[in-house]
Amino acid sequence: MLLLFAAGVGTAGFRHQEYRIPLLPGEQQTVWQVEARIEYTALGGPTQIFLTLPPEQTGFRLLEGTGAAPGFGFDVDRNAEQRRAHWTKRHAEGQQALFYSLPVVEDPAQIVEPIPPGALIPPRWDEPYLTAARQVIDSLLPITADAHSMAVQLVNLMTSTPADQNMSLLKDRYDDPELLARLLTTAGIPARSVQVLLLEDGRRRQALMEHVQVWQGDRWRLYHPTTGPVPDSEKLLLWQTETPAVFEVIGGTSSRVTFSMISQDRSMLELAEESREPGFALSLYSLPIAEQGMFKLIMLLPVGALVVVFMRILVGVRTSGTFMPVLIALAFLQTDLLPGLASFILVVAFGLLIRSYLSSLNLLLVARIATLVILVIGIISVFSVVSYQLGLIGGLTITFFPMIILAWTIERMSIIWEEEGPKEVLLQGGGSLLVATLAFLLMDVGLVRHLAFNFPELHLAILALVMVIGRYTGYRLLELRRFASFEPR
Amino acid sequence: MNWISPWRLRRIGVLGMNRRNVAYISRYNDRSNYPLVDNKLKTKLMARKVGLRVPELLHTISTQHEIEDIAELLEHLNSFVIKPAQGSGGKGILVIRGRRPEGYVKSSGGIVDIAGIKRHLTNTISGLHSLGGRPDVAIIESLVETTDAFEAVSFEGVPDIRLIVFQGFPVMGMLRLATRESDGKANLHQGAVGVGLDIGTGQAIAAVQHNRLVRQHPDTNADLSRIQVPNWSSLLRLAASSYEATRLGYLGCDIVIDRHQGPLLLELNARPGLSIQIANNEGLLPRLRQVEALDSPFMSVQERVQEAMSWFGRSAGSGQEELWQGTEGQPATG
Repeated sequence: MLLLFAAGVGTAGFRHQEYRIPLLPGEQQTVWQVEARIEYTALGGPTQIFLTLPPEQTGFRLLEGTGAAPGFGFDVDRNAEQRRAHWTKRHAEGQQALFYSLPVVEDPAQIVEPIPPGALIPPRWDEPYLTAARQVIDSLLPITADAHSMAVQLVNLMTSTPADQNMSLLKDRYDDPELLARLLTTAGIPARSVQVLLLEDGRRRQALMEHVQVWQGDRWRLYHPTTGPVPDSEKLLLWQTETPAVFEVIGGTSSRVTFSMISQDRSMLELAEESREPGFALSLYSLPIAEQGMFKLIMLLPVGALVVVFMRILVGVRTSGTFMPVLIALAFLQTDLLPGLASFILVVAFGLLIRSYLSSLNLLLVARIATLVILVIGIISVFSVVSYQLGLIGGLTITFFPMIILAWTIERMSIIWEEEGPKEVLLQGGGSLLVATLAFLLMDVGLVRHLAFNFPELHLAILALVMVIGRYTGYRLLELRRFASFEPR
Repeated sequence: MNWISPWRLRRIGVLGMNRRNVAYISRYNDRSNYPLVDNKLKTKLMARKVGLRVPELLHTISTQHEIEDIAELLEHLNSFVIKPAQGSGGKGILVIRGRRPEGYVKSSGGIVDIAGIKRHLTNTISGLHSLGGRPDVAIIESLVETTDAFEAVSFEGVPDIRLIVFQGFPVMGMLRLATRESDGKANLHQGAVGVGLDIGTGQAIAAVQHNRLVRQHPDTNADLSRIQVPNWSSLLRLAASSYEATRLGYLGCDIVIDRHQGPLLLELNARPGLSIQIANNEGLLPRLRQVEALDSPFMSVQERVQEAMSWFGRSAGSGQEELWQGTEGQPATG
């Protein structure tokens, strides 16, 4: 066990020294690995695919992307207004999948001079839309002062209830982003609809979102078509501004493009040397991005397991289900602690109520659990809808709890209730939640997440610790209380 | 909040959960022998085969169509007990004390008709009362009648005696008394009273309820310090022989005393709890170590019982009175 521990810590230390993998998170710049995936069905002839690539922009530094696909010729077309990735193949048939992966470095120091808009070409309107657009703009002109206030007022008008008559007419014809851009341009303010990608760690199969860029004299500013100006804190990567389409497929049908992304903390030195370092071949970074996102969670499981082992063997907390607390803690990671705790208790309490009725039906075990699974889904849907109607977005996070786990928890709790009474339910349920909360708090620490993912070998050390605790034969902390009544003799 | 230091616990020799699991249960109990004790029917059949006395097995019911004919089987029985073979914590036990023209009399005094009994049997074999809801077998056995010695301290149920048998030596014993609070069940953490027993004589040493020393039975107000278990040495022999029958080195033996038949083996437990130490106000470890130190595994049951009685018995009066003294003046809580 000492050996295991030494091996784990030693390897981690070695990798830190040799490959300069940072021990602390945040020392480095964040690198987003963005992966675009194009799927389409080839018709059986020559085929060409164009994918628009993001332009140089303020706040992000774009590194060299890769787009190799087996059997396809690949190059980057720099002649168009915006760079485009270009794949070609003489003969392709059936389902095809192409990847373009692009490292994007978050860099506040990166400043790109904005390209001012060309001459303003007012869009063409057909009647009756022309009149409606005129009236909308005329009604807003007196109460606005500049491009920004006009954009804000337009968004307000577009989302106001009851809807403005002219606006609802226009909204029937155009979708929100396009309408906003057209109205602004008609009002003499340069604006265009653009495609942006929201950067969120571990997201898979995302689509681009349509926003509107408005020229404010010296720079372009982003507006969301229903919520207005986009705060700087939101990490939006501008993907497409000039070309008419994000991607284009010739010689194929049913095409679509989706995006996966993951954030990594790495030093710039490594980034430059990555391809040459053999040490990285063994790292989790060599996995496809979608899998990396999954491993970020999986690698936290041992930490949670360690907490459970500690709490059960050394402290003596009773939990319902051995490792159920870890799973609850994983769900907390996605819901946040308080909303997670609240919704968990709510669902289990409700489930117990219904389960007490079920027990009078004398169902067999499997059928009983299946019934509970269905009911839990029902409870969750009702809670989600109700809390959404009440404006509590937090209620929606309830869906992150694994249904089967919830159903089993309710089943176990109700059996304990019947056999040992409500006190025991509170004791074990409380114990589970306590352990889950502790596990969550530990797994939520940035340093722990960072170490668990970047230094998988540290899990050997955790393994050693778990095994050491597993051989502990002394008293549990709570036994010191249980046996407190021993008289001195 | 009351706490005790781990060093003092160690000095007393209290066995903790971790040490019990690692050093005793997993070392001395072979997993392959567990089904024998987890299933009451198997325990009973095995006990009958090796000649241990058990409450008489009247019938076993394992299929639905056997239930249809149950009225005939029960016709000439006045009292009986229905149990699930794999039940836990006293769940699903139906005690019938007698019969009246309108039906059967339950231990609580209520009446249940034959349809009610059939329903209970159906629930039992479909696994309603079993661990994990597995399909089960219902056992019908003869009712144990409380012996005179326990008449004053029994409340809704026959008191049973839990003995820890280590490698065939009875090392510690406790009498478990159901109370109103424990709902007729003999589980200490549900509020039953545990009375520690002197291995040498079968006399009461101390009594606890909810980890507190008590002197009187909370419901019947009987003086617990006067308890003397009858047939003590034959009871110990019964417990000690279950070691040969099960080959489980660390065993909890539950024994009842029938008015007519004497000590009967009720059930066995491969993971006996630790509360028995509180009821005895003594740790298990020194006794277990004394047995472990012994180097002659080929002792007869009789020899083992005699050794145990002389090792673990208390010489009359020593330290014993003080324990009861300590509880005097405290009202018995119910």
